[in-house]
Amino acid sequence: MEVLDNLILGAHVAFTWQNVLYCLVGVLLGTLIGVLPGIGPVPTIAMLLPITFNLDPIAALIMLAGIYYGTQYGGSTTAILVNLPGEASSVVTVLDGHQMARQGRAGPALAIAAIGSFVAGCVATLVIATAAPPLAEFALKFGPWEYFSLMVLGLVAATVLAHGSLLKAICMVVLGLLLGLIGTDVNSGVLRFTFGVPELADGIGFVLVAMGMFGVTEIVINLEQGAKREVFLGKVKHLFPSKEDLKRSWGAILRGTALGSVLGILPGGGALLSSFAAYTVEKKWSKHPEEFGKGAIEGVAGPESANNAGAQTSFIPMLTLGIPGNAVMALMIGALMIQGIAPGPQVMTDKPELFWGLIASMWLGNAMLVILNLPLIGIWIKLLSVPYRYLFPSIVVFMSVGVFAYSNNPWDCLIMALFGVFGYVCVKLECEPAPLILGFILGPLMEEHLRRAMLLSRGDPTPFINPAEKPISFSFLLASLLLVAVIALPNIRKKREEVFVEET
Amino acid sequence: MRIKSPRDFWAGAMFAGFGAFFVAWSFAHYPMGSAVRMGPGYFPAVLGGLLVLLGAGVIAKSLAADGLRVAPFHFRPLVLVCLSVLAYGYLMQPGGLVVATATAVFIGALAGHEFKWKEVSVVALVLVLFSYLVFVKGLTLPFPMCPSFIDNCPIR
Repeated sequence: MEVLDNLILGAHVAFTWQNVLYCLVGVLLGTLIGVLPGIGPVPTIAMLLPITFNLDPIAALIMLAGIYYGTQYGGSTTAILVNLPGEASSVVTVLDGHQMARQGRAGPALAIAAIGSFVAGCVATLVIATAAPPLAEFALKFGPWEYFSLMVLGLVAATVLAHGSLLKAICMVVLGLLLGLIGTDVNSGVLRFTFGVPELADGIGFVLVAMGMFGVTEIVINLEQGAKREVFLGKVKHLFPSKEDLKRSWGAILRGTALGSVLGILPGGGALLSSFAAYTVEKKWSKHPEEFGKGAIEGVAGPESANNAGAQTSFIPMLTLGIPGNAVMALMIGALMIQGIAPGPQVMTDKPELFWGLIASMWLGNAMLVILNLPLIGIWIKLLSVPYRYLFPSIVVFMSVGVFAYSNNPWDCLIMALFGVFGYVCVKLECEPAPLILGFILGPLMEEHLRRAMLLSRGDPTPFINPAEKPISFSFLLASLLLVAVIALPNIRKKREEVFVEET
Repeated sequence: MRIKSPRDFWAGAMFAGFGAFFVAWSFAHYPMGSAVRMGPGYFPAVLGGLLVLLGAGVIAKSLAADGLRVAPFHFRPLVLVCLSVLAYGYLMQPGGLVVATATAVFIGALAGHEFKWKEVSVVALVLVLFSYLVFVKGLTLPFPMCPSFIDNCPIR
């Protein structure tokens, strides 16, 4: 019962009043930004990163994690009541959730979303607790070859799971890798691509890239589209789902949880992918697919469970391998590094209280969310009626505060603005920013591992692909190759495009 | 030769351009080293070359298959939101938090569809108060409150 012992250790850490408080702040903040369309977890966490510097590492991580899974709860509220996804991962919840609200069943929809998320959250917490330790132990054996190949696999997977053109997504990854190299080269001390600007010697801050491309760009896009909102003003009554509702939902909740738990672990996966996949599965599985889009409760239960499970299990690769699967996890790694903790498999053995405390806090956070969320729905509805024209100048100011607090240097505001412009151009050219961000983070790591590997093998690249010498590295690269090949097949390509068309 | 998908064409051109720049700059300024001991120019040159090839692939595709036009650019919100961020950063040291926040809010609000002096003033006031209480008092971020020419700032 090692897992149990560890969870008890974690509970001791998570249940101190200070950490409970930070967990509460995190989940409330997460719900808030989840409810508000136009601001997501990435800029929020990026904004708070500089502030977490003053916190204890455990408290910081607990709070930031709370924001991520908290948004999954909040996003569904907006989706159901406003016919607008509060968060990208609740896009599919809109389809059936809002229909239910129109039929006067907003209460059960909200309740099922919360219950589903809670079940998923509990299961995902257990998945992390059981899957992470063996994975970390396995990863301790990795040398530079394995790490390099694993990152290749991660990046390939991230492009496959991105929207739109595969080729353009790969381009974004490579460009991200290149931008990540800006700054001082660790091996030779040479300043690369700094153009004589002293601020670039330490490289471009990841937070600036993320806030620019996700925060600034997002606001500009929202402004040009003009915010359209259709708030469901009727009173939410009959919160509790009927027996019939529960009977129809429980299967969907379990399937969504399982699917989300698996897809969350994949690089490039997480909440977003999980919810789309779950909706498709529910539609296929259902005995009455014709009800979907007209208020089928399974269409709420499945995706909402899946996105919460996916959000949580996406912590697994971050915690065990030190490799971020999505932009939020990249920020988490940033948070660890701010605290002077090198991410990787050693975190679990060196800092068990951090690791297990975080896991225990997830369960606590989910419990708080389900208890707090339903009574607070009235407040969230009020918030939704705040017009965007008040909201966006505030978001701009908060982002500026975050950036400025990072270094006290206006230069950082300039860089964020530049990445905002670049992000805008990318959106116009239909290039997804997420793969670029992943590349940006992994760029320096990949180069370091590649150089070390080549030095150790005296310039011979064959160990990477020699199954007899480095079987793990070989299988990672083979898997990457297979992924690309499979996606390039005309049949699957069509299918992939269909899936991504459905979601827009 | 006709560009069938302008959106892809320009994306490809952008990638190829970036790639070419990284290759050229690496060769011009940094030692390449060898595969055993890679110099600082090695990895960026390889990646840049890869990006050129991939960008060329995107361009080739844009000539072959039909696609969409480049979505129209709206410069007003883009420029104003960026200016708002810059105003905050560059006004903080000389102007202090109150000036920086208020200016950023006003410039930012111009990016929206409606601009009402009264409303925007209220938003600015609320944000200044919030920043003061939460960031300066609560989280003790070292932001100056008053413009730098005032020696004894009454707000602390």
